[in-house]
Amino acid sequence: MTSTDSTRPGGGRVRIPQRTLRTDQWWLGPVLTTLGLAAFLVYGAVRVFQQDHYWVQEHHYLTPFYSPCLAQQCAPDAALFGRLPFEFPFFLPYAFVSLPILLLFRVTCYYYRKAYYRSIWQAPTACAVREPHRAYTGETRPLMLPQNGHRYFFYAAFAISLINTWDMAVPFFHGTDGGFGLGVGNLVMLANVVLLWGYTLSCHSCRHVFGGRLRSFGRRPVRYWLWSRVSVLNNRHMWFGWLSIASLMITDAYIALVASGTITDLRIIN
Amino acid sequence: MSKRTFRVWRGAGEGALTEYEVEVNEGEVVLDVLHRLQATQTPDLAVRWNCKAGKCGSCSVEINGRPRLSCMTRMSVFEEDEVVTVTPMHTFPVIRDLVCDVSYNYQKAREIPSFTPDPATSPGDFRMKQVDVERSQEFRKCIECFLCNNVCHVIRDHEENKEHFSGPRYLMRVAELEMHPYDTEDRRKAADEDFGMGYCNITKCCTEVCPENIHITDNALIPLKERVADRKYDPLVWLGSKIGRRPKDTPIAPNTRRPTEGA
Repeated sequence: MTSTDSTRPGGGRVRIPQRTLRTDQWWLGPVLTTLGLAAFLVYGAVRVFQQDHYWVQEHHYLTPFYSPCLAQQCAPDAALFGRLPFEFPFFLPYAFVSLPILLLFRVTCYYYRKAYYRSIWQAPTACAVREPHRAYTGETRPLMLPQNGHRYFFYAAFAISLINTWDMAVPFFHGTDGGFGLGVGNLVMLANVVLLWGYTLSCHSCRHVFGGRLRSFGRRPVRYWLWSRVSVLNNRHMWFGWLSIASLMITDAYIALVASGTITDLRIIN
Repeated sequence: MSKRTFRVWRGAGEGALTEYEVEVNEGEVVLDVLHRLQATQTPDLAVRWNCKAGKCGSCSVEINGRPRLSCMTRMSVFEEDEVVTVTPMHTFPVIRDLVCDVSYNYQKAREIPSFTPDPATSPGDFRMKQVDVERSQEFRKCIECFLCNNVCHVIRDHEENKEHFSGPRYLMRVAELEMHPYDTEDRRKAADEDFGMGYCNITKCCTEVCPENIHITDNALIPLKERVADRKYDPLVWLGSKIGRRPKDTPIAPNTRRPTEGA
């Protein structure tokens, strides 16, 4: 037998100079997460500040990045709640009310917190991998306290999901010749709304509100049933998180391509 | 039978990784190989173990850098030529070789106010629905292997946080009591201020390493965080506390924590 690694004297904890002894690809998950989040943020920023190609008049397709559309420049039919009486400058998104709420809903989300604490803040980068920070205070400092308000962003996101659902339903009644119609755009928007609801309802705060906060399930069978249904979704919260940002980008890209005349919406019925 | 290379931590904090060539047979687990090392090459190797069935939680170590039970880690998970490195748990002081002093965990366990039913009730009075039993039974599966506390970066990478952070194992215990239908105490303030709920940034390493597959983060820590938010950040509760309906907070168990110096 041979001694291979020498260490500093001192006693107490085991002292291993390497950051980790893990031999698997522990860095892969954080790298993919960073790339995924960066792709969404860059794409979202470009589209939100583009202020164009967000509305297909013929079929009333409105991209979720511009809903509800509030600027004076919005197409009249795209403005569900009316338009503000002034033109928005280039730096103010047309959906300036909903976008910060949706962003904060995801920023304070328990899954995304795990994702960015690991991949961006590196606290820790991966399990049993030494983090690079000298001190750690977690979510105890005032700057981090908004993380405790996740439930309020959930309530607001719930309302915005209703608006997205309305935006998805309206185009079904704007076929090519008027009346009911169905195109690929409708199906893309429908899938997007289903995934957005999946993400919103699988939220940990939703689970808490629906029944998790109870001490006794036995005395509240209806809330227990609701909690158990939300729990089923909650097990897939990470997947809803990623699939919904993918569907947001796909829906927006599809509507932008149709709105700009690059492609034509493929109609199935009318 | 084949020969495999093992690197095993020897000594205490100022020890070193020592390399051994050792026989490995089909179907063996890492603990079997450590026992063979004891029997054939290094009889003074200190290893803590008991049941060899993944139920006593004694043989927690780190194998190739990952916190695991050595009795539940099959040799077949490694490549034929892979060197297997076995070190003691990183978060706790080493007594010798692979054996740690885990008394931190027992100290933290003592600080939690125990189950407190209504004094008017008697043994035999409780009637719990199965759904309520199942909720806390998940947490009772814990075998006290302390792998979750070991992997938690809050104390793994920051020794100074041990004083005010109880680790996922004991925050889970607080959550279990908070979810008990017949418990009458309110531990939410203590969870936040004394047991360090705010230090948890829910990165789920505790859940990843749990050999009992307890959903520590989703079913205990996040619900407890939400309960702390109920008490501390809910405007109605805040308003109530200002007009007289103050929450009856339960402090940590008496005489379990040494007063801090200068206090």
